[in-house]
Amino acid sequence: MRSCAVEVEGLARHFGEREALDGVSISLAEGATLVVFGPNGAGKTTLLRVLAGLLRPHAGEVRVLGADLPQHAHAMRGRVGFIGHEPLLYRELTPRENLRFHARLQGVGDDRVEEVLGAVGIEGRAAEPLRSLSRGMVQRVAVARAALADPPLLLLDEPYANLDPAAVELLQPLIGRSADPARPRTRVICSHDPAGGLAEADAVLGLRAGRVALSSPAASTGAEEITELYR
Amino acid sequence: MSASAGATGTAAGATPRGTELQRAANAPRPQVPVLRTVGALMRKELLVELRTLESVPAMSLFSLTTFVVFHFALNRNVVEGDLAAGILWVTLLFAALLGMNRLFVADADQGGFDAFLLAPVDRSAMMLAKALTLLAYLVVFELVAVPAFGLLLLGPSLGHALPDLIGVLLLGDVGVAAIGTLVGAIAVRTRARDLLGPLLALPLFVPLVIGGARASSPLFGGGHAGAPAARWLLTMGLYDLVFGLIAYALFEFLLED
Repeated sequence: MRSCAVEVEGLARHFGEREALDGVSISLAEGATLVVFGPNGAGKTTLLRVLAGLLRPHAGEVRVLGADLPQHAHAMRGRVGFIGHEPLLYRELTPRENLRFHARLQGVGDDRVEEVLGAVGIEGRAAEPLRSLSRGMVQRVAVARAALADPPLLLLDEPYANLDPAAVELLQPLIGRSADPARPRTRVICSHDPAGGLAEADAVLGLRAGRVALSSPAASTGAEEITELYR
Repeated sequence: MSASAGATGTAAGATPRGTELQRAANAPRPQVPVLRTVGALMRKELLVELRTLESVPAMSLFSLTTFVVFHFALNRNVVEGDLAAGILWVTLLFAALLGMNRLFVADADQGGFDAFLLAPVDRSAMMLAKALTLLAYLVVFELVAVPAFGLLLLGPSLGHALPDLIGVLLLGDVGVAAIGTLVGAIAVRTRARDLLGPLLALPLFVPLVIGGARASSPLFGGGHAGAPAARWLLTMGLYDLVFGLIAYALFEFLLED
């Protein structure tokens, strides 16, 4: 029986008076993919940041990769790949310099940097400052950064934003479903694309104003139910 | 309402080899040694500074301009004693504010804090790296500022004062680096960071100005010419130690949500 990679019970998080998340519960098995839908401001990004240990939950219980958050967040550091709205890269550094910096923070060797640069198809521009690259190219580098340590959990906030279909295909070995059953890759993905999201999902979570408005297995969820969240 | 996915099913990697690999993947990652983390952070800081030239050139230019202004405003070719020491230390500390204010900006604006918090590293490594970076900025900028001070306001007496002055300046720089790192980390998370940083730092710099000016005043001639008074050097050293420890103790909390 597969163990749970992410367990959330009654999660609440507020910013001042505003409730960003309220009573959210999730149970996600190792190797499974949860796709989170919801209109802007629904709480998707906040949920990912709580799961990454970047925000403290204000109520409820959160366990990620066996570590209770926020008390034992240190136990999951380096095992979570995170792609947020910002690429978490320095504009003045080149993709190679950025990835080498992150590799050192992750305890990963430079050979892995070259490997992921190749995997995202950016070797030819790896020596140019990040600020001179297009958004799509920067997003590829962000994916390479998140996948550097080959983490067992990926938290991806619109990971395919600014990417062309060929690039989306190219990045699948890094952030797609793991092809190696011995190294299952659990994923929580925020998306606004019902068809694309459903194709990747094992389960679907719909958020509206910080509350769970839809929760179902992907196989029994229709695109129209997701579209309904945005109305 | 809750979302649940694949909570039951066949174990992934059910073979002994697979189970072993899975266990290894699920084990907590070992923490990267502090010195290696500090090295990586400092290398990144210096690369970014070399590309942007935002801190050291601004600090140097500010101090040069200020010494020129003093030169003409006082209408004197040579100042000495308390006046010379006061001009030097006030100018150096105001210039240091420019470096302090920029210290965390790239991390806050470009997501460096998040990336650091996600890594298996000791949080205090960032405090050490930032303090050492600011210290390096101060030393490099003083290589420009102190000779300019000598040329514009001190006349030929700088040469004799230099060996002792270097020691006093280093004591001041360590304190500025510790306070600047602490205050920079507090201010950068606020909307009014450009205002809040100097407002918080200047009162904390006052004991360093007093200690630095009193310790270096005898080096610049005047009525009390001689070696720096040991008690002012000791005061500065203690102040450095106290703020180094405070910054070390508080820094992790400043990084947290």
